[in-house]
Amino acid sequence: MISKNLYEHPAQPRAHKKPTVLNTFKRDHQLWIMIFPAIVVIFIFNYIPMYGIQLAFRDYDFSKGLTGGAWRGLFYFRQFFDSYMFADLMKNTVAISLATVILSFPAPIILALLINQVRWKRAKKTLQTTVYLPHFISIVVMVGLLNVLLSPNSGVIGHILSSVGLGDVNLLGSTGTFVPVYVLSEIWQHCGWNSIIYLAALSTVDPQLYDSSKIDGASRWQTIKHVDIPALIPTIIILFVLSMGNVLSTGFEKVFLMQNALNLPVSEVIATYVYKIGIISNQFSYSAAIGLFNTVINFVFLYAMNMIARKSSDISLW
Amino acid sequence: MQLITNSKGKNKTDILFDAVVYLVCLLIFLSIVYPLYFVIIASVSDSTLVSTGQVTIFPKNISFFGYSEIFKDSRIWTGYSNTLLYTVLGTAVNLLFTLPAAYVLSRQEFRARRFLMLTFVITLFFNGGLIPTYLLMKDMHMTNTMWVFIFPFCVNVYNLIIARSFFENSIPKELFEAASMDGCTHFKFFLKVALPLSKAVVSVIGLYYLVAHWNDFFTGLIYIRSNNLQPLQIVLRDILLSNQVFSQGAGAGGSAGGYAQQYADQVKYGVIIVSTLPILIVYPFIQKYFDKGVMIGSVKG
Repeated sequence: MISKNLYEHPAQPRAHKKPTVLNTFKRDHQLWIMIFPAIVVIFIFNYIPMYGIQLAFRDYDFSKGLTGGAWRGLFYFRQFFDSYMFADLMKNTVAISLATVILSFPAPIILALLINQVRWKRAKKTLQTTVYLPHFISIVVMVGLLNVLLSPNSGVIGHILSSVGLGDVNLLGSTGTFVPVYVLSEIWQHCGWNSIIYLAALSTVDPQLYDSSKIDGASRWQTIKHVDIPALIPTIIILFVLSMGNVLSTGFEKVFLMQNALNLPVSEVIATYVYKIGIISNQFSYSAAIGLFNTVINFVFLYAMNMIARKSSDISLW
Repeated sequence: MQLITNSKGKNKTDILFDAVVYLVCLLIFLSIVYPLYFVIIASVSDSTLVSTGQVTIFPKNISFFGYSEIFKDSRIWTGYSNTLLYTVLGTAVNLLFTLPAAYVLSRQEFRARRFLMLTFVITLFFNGGLIPTYLLMKDMHMTNTMWVFIFPFCVNVYNLIIARSFFENSIPKELFEAASMDGCTHFKFFLKVALPLSKAVVSVIGLYYLVAHWNDFFTGLIYIRSNNLQPLQIVLRDILLSNQVFSQGAGAGGSAGGYAQQYADQVKYGVIIVSTLPILIVYPFIQKYFDKGVMIGSVKG
């Protein structure tokens, strides 16, 4: 009764055949019961909508449901590419996403390197506790905070800015300041939280490396450059690839809440347009096509960045 | 690690370096703490003094008009109790669906684990998008019910991966082998051994789910029309962003009369405090788990 299978189960009689997924149903029925609810939920709420993507190629028909309407091919995609909104939407989406990635991606890395240099334990803990906190403020409250603090006539930051001669600019209601306010507030809110993962990576650096760099007479700055940063590179690359995958879908909720009539020319992005066309104006097929276009571009970005990362550093997601 | 006080063997550039580090840290600290502190003092200060920039470090002409106005506002309390219900129930369902699944995916002998893991991870990169999801919810008659806050996406794949890595790396294989020799089943092992050993990860992903439910604004925006079902975040949007500060209408009259608009800002500052209070209260207790949680999650994908 000696079996060579690697998956033998101590509690049960040993199987004679190599277990396949099918004939382990009986042996592992408890495991199947435990994972069944999750499978059902993922299937219903994630896979059925994926199947429903074909709506982008069909006419939506209320009586026939998600996939019953007449086939229209690429009609709705053409309608989007030809629409007068297309150029503006692409420009705004790319501008906001790229500015967010380029500026808010390095910020947590710098913060982690900085916190890592603080040797006084209590100061370090206090600082960490503080920088994580804004992450837990909800998006609505965050935008509310921006509104009351940046308001040109009553906000405290508005006052500070006008006292240094930068007043008279409605930070939330002008086309020139929307992107900077959006990106800076993103950094303010999430930089600390995002730095945790880099701090975790830094904490795994072998202390001997610090000792030997000290013996070699390296200054603090040189130690950061030659020990700390190389230790972070793998984490940085993975997170960068992941963030590129979201490059066109950043922060629908926050952009949506920050929108007003004055900044709309620069704040209307694909995601908010999909919401307005689809949920508010009930043009389901057209809106689904725009959404699918967004997903495809995202995936192309993710794929391209992953390939570059793999070629240049052997680090990749898959 | 050298303490800052141990200045022996330090050269001038290192001391300068430390000075710069502490100065920058102080600036970062102030840039986060001051806006939050300002909201607190502004919520109890005279609105006119706040709006003319005379309140900077200490509250002036303390009045609790904003708070008394908030306590009278039924919308906030409906939103509060709805969100409380959605958060508690939602988090319980989240954990009930996520933890057993994570345990199963951590079992080496479970043959389907690689395939199931892949089907779960795919959903991180691909989704049907807003419209097909919305129409699905409509077809399932979930729109305008509280269930739309509880069941859709009740398994978060990131949290699932965190929990799975934890079960895989910190529950020794030998433990199950020994237990199953004594006739222990997977159900029993999961409940009596795996879960009690995993309090850290349970509290971390519980916290992630909790905060996500509390801050959820999107679900209410898309799927809920009825006022009685609106979560707190939607009510907050009306007050903070759409300027519907007073239930009687935006300072246009009502019982609040002419001074309503003047106090609108005070109400807004107060609402920010009141709605963020629960998180501020639990924050010191949960904060120590953060590093642990992220560390657990980053062990491997």
